[in-house]
Amino acid sequence: MSTSTSSTTPLLSLRGINKSFGAVHVLKGVDLDVWPGKVTALVGDNGAGKSTLIKGIAGIYSFDSGSYSFEGQQVEVTNPKQANALGIEVVYQDLALCDNLDVVQNLYLGREATSGVILDETTMERKATETLKGLSVRTLKSVRMKVSSLSGGQRQTVAIARAVLWNSKLVILDEPTAALGVAQTEQVLQLVRRLADAGLAVILISHNMNDVIRVADNVAALYLGQMAAQVPSESLSHGQIVELITAGRSGDLGLKAPDKEVVA
Amino acid sequence: MTTSTATPAPEVIEEGGGIGGALRDYVARLRGGDTGSLPAVLGFIVLVIFFSATAEPFTSKLNWANLLNQSAAYIFIAMGLVFVLLLGEIDLSAGYTAGTSAAMMGVVMTQKGFAWPIAVLACLVTGAVIGLTIGILVARLGIPSFVVTLAYFLGLQGVLLLVIGEGGTIAIRDKTILAINNNNMSTWMGWVFFLVVAGGYAAVTFGQQARRRAAGLPTAATSVVLAKVGGLALLLAIVTFFLNQERSVNPVLNSLKGVPIIVPVTALFVVGLTFVLTRTSFGRHVYAVGGNAEAARRAGINVGNIKIACFVIGSVLAAIGGILIASRDNSVSPTSGGSSTLLLSVAAAVIGGTSLFGGKGRIIDAVIGGLVIGVIYNGLPFITQQAGIQFVVTAGVLLLAASVDAIARRRASATGR
Ligand SMILES: Nc1ncnc2c1ncn2[C@@H]1O[C@H](COP(=O)(O)OP(=O)(O)OP(=O)(O)O)[C@@H](O)[C@H]1O
Ligand SMILES: [Mg+2]
Repeated sequence: MSTSTSSTTPLLSLRGINKSFGAVHVLKGVDLDVWPGKVTALVGDNGAGKSTLIKGIAGIYSFDSGSYSFEGQQVEVTNPKQANALGIEVVYQDLALCDNLDVVQNLYLGREATSGVILDETTMERKATETLKGLSVRTLKSVRMKVSSLSGGQRQTVAIARAVLWNSKLVILDEPTAALGVAQTEQVLQLVRRLADAGLAVILISHNMNDVIRVADNVAALYLGQMAAQVPSESLSHGQIVELITAGRSGDLGLKAPDKEVVA
Repeated sequence: MTTSTATPAPEVIEEGGGIGGALRDYVARLRGGDTGSLPAVLGFIVLVIFFSATAEPFTSKLNWANLLNQSAAYIFIAMGLVFVLLLGEIDLSAGYTAGTSAAMMGVVMTQKGFAWPIAVLACLVTGAVIGLTIGILVARLGIPSFVVTLAYFLGLQGVLLLVIGEGGTIAIRDKTILAINNNNMSTWMGWVFFLVVAGGYAAVTFGQQARRRAAGLPTAATSVVLAKVGGLALLLAIVTFFLNQERSVNPVLNSLKGVPIIVPVTALFVVGLTFVLTRTSFGRHVYAVGGNAEAARRAGINVGNIKIACFVIGSVLAAIGGILIASRDNSVSPTSGGSSTLLLSVAAAVIGGTSLFGGKGRIIDAVIGGLVIGVIYNGLPFITQQAGIQFVVTAGVLLLAASVDAIARRRASATGR
């Protein structure tokens, strides 16, 4: 995957997205571009609308207005199945794994491989092993371990593997390191980076600026439902990101000052 | 079971570790709270030794065959309850579902004069309708299953009374229905059955090994597999041989020998239902819903439909339990499936190792637990005729099993399993 072309044509492109819950206008004319092979960090304060935005992308909510294009095509995504069919997978913050099932069973949950009516365990186990190898996950002793016996980082890994098992093109991670210790956070961040290096588009929601600066190629900052700025991460300092999050602007970047808006 | 002795964490056992390795692996699982059916099997052995020592008639050959027939209804109701318990739900009405469905069979067969297959169909349909309505109330309206099935417990008791009439009974005279839970196979049929089961188990186990090896996946050590297959075959051979002995008090008048017909009938259901739970997507989804319903929903599983299906399966199996009760009693009465039937069936499932918290359980649990319950109910009357003591003992056993379940669960979360 050559980065020169991938950086020019976004995989996912949102323009002028609006979403209200009753009288609450949560997303106000949001634009967002996500490129293959890149990690796009989605940042913003609590209640800025990050989860609402990704739930709209994943088809859990439908947007009120605005354009949603995927691979250059205008698409209509109104339920999770359609998003899955496009190659969009979400790793939710609360992971949604079944503790009583093993790793393979969790990876294939709801989409089991079968021959006739019989579950095709050998195929599932082989592919699961390959996928985990492909993600350079070596910390799992066996793919037949129950998920309840895994550490937080290993669970996160399984949840991510579940998202990439299906030839997905866009993987969305909602605060994947929020509950993890230092070493486990490191593992997961490396994994996120490897996904992008393998050519997938990644949206990473995080409140941790260090993580964002470490792995993101691109930072999109939401401020009270508006997209304050979406800029390459190398052009941003830690402080600038914090300003974008807390005030919606930082120097020339971000939303225009409210007083100027009134004048203009 | 001391965790304080700080030995280094147990190594992952190489699957090539042979029988010793498999045993160490098993012990590690036990320590982690995954006790499976071990408490039930131990309990069974202890009870058998106890009753053999204290009650002489318990050890008679006749009694052993009786035990299987007595346990059968509980085992079937418990197999149905496994589906419901796997979801983390409960069905308190299973006993009266059995009674009501059996009454329906009696009405169609004895009172209306239809042939037995039609009567059995009516019985199964009754069970299915009961399960469907419970399932809809639980899954669609979101009423806790405890409340719904408590209402059904009372309601079905009333229906049973209305259908049969106060103080009345419906006699069961059909030869086929009576045979199911009273008659035995001929001795050679018993051996054929033994060959089919032992051979079938060996074929499935070795086939699975071969498939995994062909796919380049880790397999259990051959010695372990051989021990398992050999062990089962030996156990079955002993049981078959034993049941094929003459056990009539007066063989000249009335010869009594052979494996009870209920044994192959139960085996058929055990194999079929285990297949459904472990080898199909549906079964996988049942475990997923019991483990984490929200995760199942996000994985695209229709949680409501899975719940409804489990309640239907549970009630149909209870209806079959009803047929077995009717067969054994030669009749259906307003108390069929009542009294302690439900309690004993729940106890059977839980004693066997099915969790009350959902997500953990197997069909074979119902059989093992049902046999434990059978031994208690069969052996106790030889020691005491007081029903009071029998109730207290049974309640104690249920509480004990539930405690084992709860402790195992706590250990499991403590050791991160
Ligand atoms: N279903 C809903 N109904 C009504 N209001 C909602 C709903 N979901 C979100 N909101 C509102 O939309 C706003 C944005 O919420 P959202 O969850 O998207 O924020 P967020 O950026 O993900 O915050 P956090 O960092 O805390 O996760 C909040 O003010 C929230 O109250
Ligand atoms: Mg959020």
